[in-house]
Amino acid sequence: MTAVSIEKLATVEKSPGYWAGVARRFSRDPVAMIALVVVVGLILMAIFAPLVAPSDPYRTSMLRRLRPIGTEGFPLGADELGRDMLSRLIYGARLSLLMGVTPVVIAFFIGSAIGITAGYVGGRLNTALMRTIDVFFAFPSVLLAIALSGALGAGIFNGLLSLTVVFIPPIARIAESVTTAVRRIEYVEAARASGASAFTIVRVHVLGNVIGPIFVYATGLISVSLILASGLSFLGLGVKPPEPEWGLMLNTLRNAIYVQPWVAALPGLMIFITSISFNLLSDGLRSAMDIKA
Amino acid sequence: MLKYLAARILYTLPVAFGVSVVCFMLVHIAPGDPLTSILPPDASAQLQQEMRALYGFDRPLPVQYGIWLLKVLQGDFGTSIATGRPVATELGRALGNTFILAVVATLIGFLLGSLFGFVAGYFRDSWIDKVASFISIIGVSVPHYWLGMVLVIIFSVQLNWLPATGAGPGGSGDWAWDWAHIRHLILPAITMSVIPMGIVARTVRALVADILSQEFVSGLRAKGLMDVGVFRHVVKNAAPTALAVMGLQLGYLLGGSILIETVFSWPGTGFLLGQAIFQRDLPLLQGAILVLAMVFVVLNLLVDIVQSLIDPRVQRT
Repeated sequence: MTAVSIEKLATVEKSPGYWAGVARRFSRDPVAMIALVVVVGLILMAIFAPLVAPSDPYRTSMLRRLRPIGTEGFPLGADELGRDMLSRLIYGARLSLLMGVTPVVIAFFIGSAIGITAGYVGGRLNTALMRTIDVFFAFPSVLLAIALSGALGAGIFNGLLSLTVVFIPPIARIAESVTTAVRRIEYVEAARASGASAFTIVRVHVLGNVIGPIFVYATGLISVSLILASGLSFLGLGVKPPEPEWGLMLNTLRNAIYVQPWVAALPGLMIFITSISFNLLSDGLRSAMDIKA
Repeated sequence: MLKYLAARILYTLPVAFGVSVVCFMLVHIAPGDPLTSILPPDASAQLQQEMRALYGFDRPLPVQYGIWLLKVLQGDFGTSIATGRPVATELGRALGNTFILAVVATLIGFLLGSLFGFVAGYFRDSWIDKVASFISIIGVSVPHYWLGMVLVIIFSVQLNWLPATGAGPGGSGDWAWDWAHIRHLILPAITMSVIPMGIVARTVRALVADILSQEFVSGLRAKGLMDVGVFRHVVKNAAPTALAVMGLQLGYLLGGSILIETVFSWPGTGFLLGQAIFQRDLPLLQGAILVLAMVFVVLNLLVDIVQSLIDPRVQRT
């Protein structure tokens, strides 16, 4: 009898929780909500590209090269090989998003693992890991991405690999600094004193406190990653023709700026819209989660 | 102070060593043998073996690294495969052009970024703040290579006001401070300045908002100091950090100029790097990356030293 009533009391007084608060604050931020709608829309467009695109993005036509925006049957014009721009821009979302988001996701896991290990274990291991990270930090990110994929050669896998290497150091650094700060908090000390294993402490006490800031920081990197990934393809690294990818399209259309300038500029506009939406989304998330930069 | 300086310089040495190892390894992570791009595809096994011995590729990696490092320290970066000229000569000519572009872009970006950031922080949460903050978000979100293309479309293709490519009349690679050359600098410099502008604006906004919320500002206001007087104090407090950000941004632009230099065919290190990638000229690629990364390392060091001289409270290690 008594046990039941206590349980009831407990459920009644349960607070809505941290994530409910974050969701509420986020939904009241109009800019962040617009950004979220745009990002979700772009992802849906990428997934359902075959259903959305009006025609085949690979079908070339020598007779319809470089048509202006608004041409009959080519709402956004045609590219240098007579392919439908609208369809290519829609299909382009697939590779552009994949190339931009995947490296940050992989780097988020690897970088967090390195940073949390270094921060929690401390001592010599910390020094060894973080000094190695410092070496990669000593390269400007654009330069490191281009150096690695320049040496490895063009290709989707090489591009993804290079970008992942670029984003591991900044994420590891953030993870290390937040973990070091959390490790000094008294309840972690208490858990250790009561005999909890290092793995348990990290899983139960550390992870929950550090993953939020690392996650928000990583979302902020997505826009940089998108610009860099398309930049690699723009330089002839990364994605190879004839795949539709925004950076590569911008590259192949560069010579067309004297003929159809605005058609040539369209793929870059897509990169810009995607990148700014991810940036605004990340900013909204940061303030909703109340994390300082 | 001296102790900090010594420690900071000592800390740079292992980083510089690591950077050189990464640059050395670049040639060795490349698919195939570093010689495949020089040798004809039908080269005999014996010729391949002789060439390998000649270039030292048959020795263990650490030995190769040692030999390579000794040469680099003497200024010998090897020979460009594409042009047959020493890599150091090629780089020397290009570095000057990249410096001009990056320094001008950093100055424009710093001035505009400080202005936007200051106004945004000073009128925090007003519509002015929102507009200025939005401009700085655009600055960090825009793919700059695309912005360069759009500026070329507007000012070169449509209006025909400014040249689209090159650094001087007739495609000359030698810089001079006259209008014929400066015309070529305007578009790439403005394009490049957008990156530091966004970041400087964000930093300055946060700094100004933070300083204005501190007690000493209320104290100054209470003493009857006018806005101009408060302004002076804010600038004095924000300047060291803002300048440090500017220094780091210059380093990023020097190292990351490849995309913009490619768009404008600006004859700098980035453009050279682009050509090296295109022609799979690995010695040139390696040399360019090494020099740019080292410039970045040294610039980081200088920024930290200057910052700690201006404001001894900030001593980063």
